[in-house]
Parts: sequence; C-alpha cells; structure tokens
Amino acid sequence: MNNNLNQDNTDSCAPEKKSGRFRGQIISLLILAPVLLAVMVAATGLGSVNVPFGHTLGIISSRLLFFLDFGNPSWTEPQAVIIFDVRLPRVVMAALCGAALAMAGAVYQGLFRNPLADPYLIGVSQGGAFGAVLAIFLPVNWNAFSVWMIPAFAFSGALLVTFLVYRISRTGNVLPATTLILAGIALGAFFSAGVSYIISISGTKIGSMVLWLMGSFNNAMWNEVRVTFPIVLAGLFVLILFGRSLNVMQLGDDQAKQLGLNVERDKKILLAVSTVIVAAAVSFVGIIGFVGIIIPHAVRLLWGPDYRFLLPLSVLLGAIFMVATDIAARVLFAPAEIPVGVITAACGAPFFLYLLRKKIKSIF
Amino acid sequence: MNEYEINLKEVSLAYGNTEVVHRVSFGIKRGVFAGLVGPNGSGKSTIIKSLSRILEPVYGQISLRGQNIKNMKQKDLARLLAVVPQNAVVPSLFSAFEIVLMGRNPHKGFLSYEDEKDMSIVRDAMEKTDTWRFRDRRIHELSGGEIQSVVIARALTQDTDIIVLDEPTAALDVARQIEILNFLRGHCKERNKTIIAAIHDLNLAAHYCDRMILLKKGDVFMNDAPSKVITNENLSEVYGSGSYVYPHPLSGLPAVLPMVEGIFHSQEVIANLSDCAPSGLWLFWYLFRRALPRAIDQRLSAFIYAYFRAESP
Repeated sequence: MNNNLNQDNTDSCAPEKKSGRFRGQIISLLILAPVLLAVMVAATGLGSVNVPFGHTLGIISSRLLFFLDFGNPSWTEPQAVIIFDVRLPRVVMAALCGAALAMAGAVYQGLFRNPLADPYLIGVSQGGAFGAVLAIFLPVNWNAFSVWMIPAFAFSGALLVTFLVYRISRTGNVLPATTLILAGIALGAFFSAGVSYIISISGTKIGSMVLWLMGSFNNAMWNEVRVTFPIVLAGLFVLILFGRSLNVMQLGDDQAKQLGLNVERDKKILLAVSTVIVAAAVSFVGIIGFVGIIIPHAVRLLWGPDYRFLLPLSVLLGAIFMVATDIAARVLFAPAEIPVGVITAACGAPFFLYLLRKKIKSIF
Repeated sequence: MNEYEINLKEVSLAYGNTEVVHRVSFGIKRGVFAGLVGPNGSGKSTIIKSLSRILEPVYGQISLRGQNIKNMKQKDLARLLAVVPQNAVVPSLFSAFEIVLMGRNPHKGFLSYEDEKDMSIVRDAMEKTDTWRFRDRRIHELSGGEIQSVVIARALTQDTDIIVLDEPTAALDVARQIEILNFLRGHCKERNKTIIAAIHDLNLAAHYCDRMILLKKGDVFMNDAPSKVITNENLSEVYGSGSYVYPHPLSGLPAVLPMVEGIFHSQEVIANLSDCAPSGLWLFWYLFRRALPRAIDQRLSAFIYAYFRAESP
C-alpha cells in the first residue's frame, strides 16, 4: 500500500517537466517581441502633434520599404518628417538604451552575484559623466565636431574609467569580484568629485551639463542611432551567447571552474562587452538610472533565474520599459518634457524598496 | 605506462607565500576509494582544491591518467574529474533540479540545450542520491544535508571517472552519512570509478576506504590500508593524544574513540585493562572478545559482520 503511494508520487510529475520546461519563457519571448514593435509604433505616433496609428504605420513602412509602391499617401509631408525624422530615431534610441542597460544590468548581477549590481557599478557612469561635462566645459570651438564632442568624450571617459578599475583590481590572472566593486566605488567617487568640481566652475554652461546628467532622448537623431545601433546590437548578440556560462557562474568561481567553465576568460568578455554597450548608450543620452536594476529583477520574478532566458527577456522588457517611460516623459506634462531619468527613478525607487522589503535571498 | 589514475609528484601547494603542502607524492589506482585524513590544517582541502586546478602547485605536478592537468582544458578536466566541495555555494533561486542539471555543463556546447539523455542522467543521479523527491524545491528551502546530496548528485551527473569529495558527510546525520558513503562505495566498485574523499571522521574513513592517506602538517605521514594506518601509534603521532583505537566489535576494522583526560569512570578500570575499554554491555562484549583466541575472534567478527550486512537493505 505504502509502496504504491510512493510509486505514484515519483512517477506522476516526471516526464512532462522535461519537455515543457521552458515553454513559458519561449512563449513570453514570442509575445514580447511584437509587443515591443507595437509600443515603438505607438510611441512614434504619440506627442504634441498627434498622428493616427494607421498613418504612423504607413509612414514608417513606406520609408523603410521605399522600394515598394504604397500608392498615394494619405498623410502630409510634415507629418512624415515628424514621424520618421524626429520621433522614430528617438524611439529607436530609447529601445536600444533600454535593451543595453537591462542586458548589462542582468550580466553584472550575474557576474558579481550581487542583486544590487547595476550597469554603472564599475565606473561607467562616472567616467561618462566626467567626459561629457569636460566636453561641455572646454572653451574650444569645435565647429564641425560639436555634435560628436560630447558623446565621444563620454564614451572614452566611460571606457577609460572602467579600464582603470579593471587594471587596479586584477591580481595576476584572476579578477576578484569584490575588489572590482570596491575599486569601482573608489574611482567612481573620485570622478564624481571631478564632475562636481567642473560643474561648480562652469558658470553659464551648467544647464546643459545638468541636462546631460539627468539623461534624455531629446537629441537622438538618425546620426546618433547609426552609431549606437550596430554597437549595441552586436553586443547583445554576443552576451546572449553567455547564458549558460552565467548560470554556472552563479555557483561561484571555484565550482564554475570545476564544472568546466573558463571562468576568467568568460568574465573578461562579459565585462568588456557589457561595458561597451552601456558606454555606447550612455554617451548619447546621458545617465539613465534604475533600468538596469529593475528590469532583470522583474524578469527573474516573472520567469525564473535561468540566464539563457533572463538575458533575451531582459532585452525585450528593457526596451519596452524604456520606450514606455519615454512616452510618459513626453506626454505627461506636455508640451513640457521631463527628463526620462526622472521617470525611471520614480518607477525604480519604489521597486527598489520593494526588493529590499522582500528578502533579497528569496528573489536572487 | 602510468598505472595510477591520480598521481601527485612532489607537489607543493601554497596560499600566497605560506606553503601548506610540502612536496607531497602519492598515487591512486583506478577503482580505488581513497580517503584523505588528517587533523585540521593538515592540507586535506588544499590537496582537493589542487586536483581540480583551483590552486596551482608551486612545485611538482599532478597528473590524471598520466596527463598533466596543467596542460588540460578546463572542460576536459571537468569531464574527467568532478568535485563535491565542502560548503557548496548554491544560488538560491535555482531549483534542486536545475543545480543538478548544471553538472551536464562540461558535456554541452556553447548554445546547446539539455536533451532527453541529459534529463535521464539527471533523474538517475537524483534518484540514487534520494534528491528526486524535492527536485522542484528552491535550493534555499533545503537543509544543509539535502543541499549536500544535491551537490553529490550534480557530481554524478558530470559523469566522470574520478570523483573528488571534500568532507562529503560533514553536514549529514549518521544514517545519511552511511547511506551516502555506501552509495559512493558501490558507485566506485560497480563502475570502476576512482574516488578520493577528504574525511574527518576516522571511523567512517576506516570502514569505507580501500586506502587511507594520512596527512600531517602538509606531508604524507602514511599511505596504506586503513588497518595499517589507524593505529594508536600513528594517531598519537599525528593527532596527539586524545584518541583510542580498538577493533570495531562487529567489523573488526579499527575504530576510534575519543579519550578525554579526567573523564574516566575510574582509574582502576584502565589500570586493569591496561588501556581504555568501552563501558557497559560493550565492556562485557569487549572482554569476551579479548578472551577468545585471535583466530576465533576474527571468524566471529567476520560472521557477525556478514550477518548484519545481509540484514541491512
């Protein structure tokens, strides 16, 4: 009798667990991808000049698929310019940034095995901010380069500081996570001091500096997108390949090695690639906080901790979230626009507190 | 050419500038259950770490199947040797099943997903270690002993010919200790696997190991069969006084009892027996056995041991 009961217990839930193990995640991926496209189209249509959804779709598809004949357009030329040349690059940039930040956040949290890690943990933001503020401050007439000066400085600053942090914390061939974090905090503080100093002596330029620091998609045009798009996309593809490695890394360096992982090599690749995509995003739009922390945790809560799905789901959810917050930034107090960083922080801080209230242990 | 499955040649290991293991050499043949014993700080865990290349030797070389592990790829090493660490860190959100599944990592490519074969290997390992019943529980809901079993299941899932364990039974109760060690010994003998385990409990080590490597302050003090290693002389030399060896009443194998100064019932008993004997019923049994001629005593113990073995499942 007792034996029979045991038999039933062991057999009942075994086989179907295998085949459908990731069904939920796969379905979610397939749903979220079109949702992202829909949100992006909606975001393009919304704004101070309202363009009907159908027209928006028509304008975008006719411009992207210019070789097809769509017949007589039912929209006006100014509408087309607003949609395609003003709003669409901004929306694409928002999606790219959201994807890059969420991805980097997920990767850093996995890499450092720390639920509070965010993409700015090891000095990207401070370095970027320092570079940007410096570029604005320098009393040089850059003329032709002026558009590119701030992003170029920010990008180099971000990479430089991260590289310094990396060099300082590396001992031999090993890269201890705690040293990396501490070096990141120390150097970050140093460069923050630099930022504060430059701001304090900058006089009239203070406005544009603060705006950059708060982060905004205001200046995103096709030229900027053309630079960010390939970097971020390539980075995302590389990082998604490392899902299995990140899973095993959760066991700690030693056990990961014992399970056949080339830990130090994978760490370096993950660090370098995620830093580059964050720097690419940050240098054009400024520092946008909380996305990199909220999104991976939300994905974890909804779909579990397996990095092979956590990473792509974070990318999609991050992009959707960023585009949505950008809509809010433009529409909430229209015609005035609030910096998108304000909205992400407003959403992020309560979520952060919620994470703290809930035991970290049960969610990470 | 090299008959040893695991071979250490003059291996020195150090943490920073502190050398912990000094020019240690020993070999373990295929299909042998070897125990690494010694007091705290004698270098057991350090040697275990060096076998999986977490700690590189500062001198000498370690070879597995005649191949220097220094020249092996991490992945190839993980296909040959699995490790059960002492206090395994396990990420709390993963289920027991997912942790065990990670043991398939060295056999999987960059992007490949686990197939039916991996699943059945995992299930097999989890059923053998009695962890299948809580496969879907989050790992942080499990007890220390259960986590230990999960990690052992993961090592089995790695499907290696060598398994290295660091204190595999430290967190377990007596029944579980015996269950796990029985299983490991069976696994070792039936499938001709090589197992090396750092074991604190000399009694358990003596009963399960084919060979014991007794370490003393980073040197191999002795490397022999348990009955040769576990003697009063050796133990007092390595551990200092505080333990007493006598033949296990059932198995006849050496067993170790704590010997604490000043906590004897009476000094006379010790004086009479010339050494310390267990009290009560065991004392009677012990005296009875001592009275028998050695040959008969051995027959008796073999019979009793076989009888109890047959009884247990």
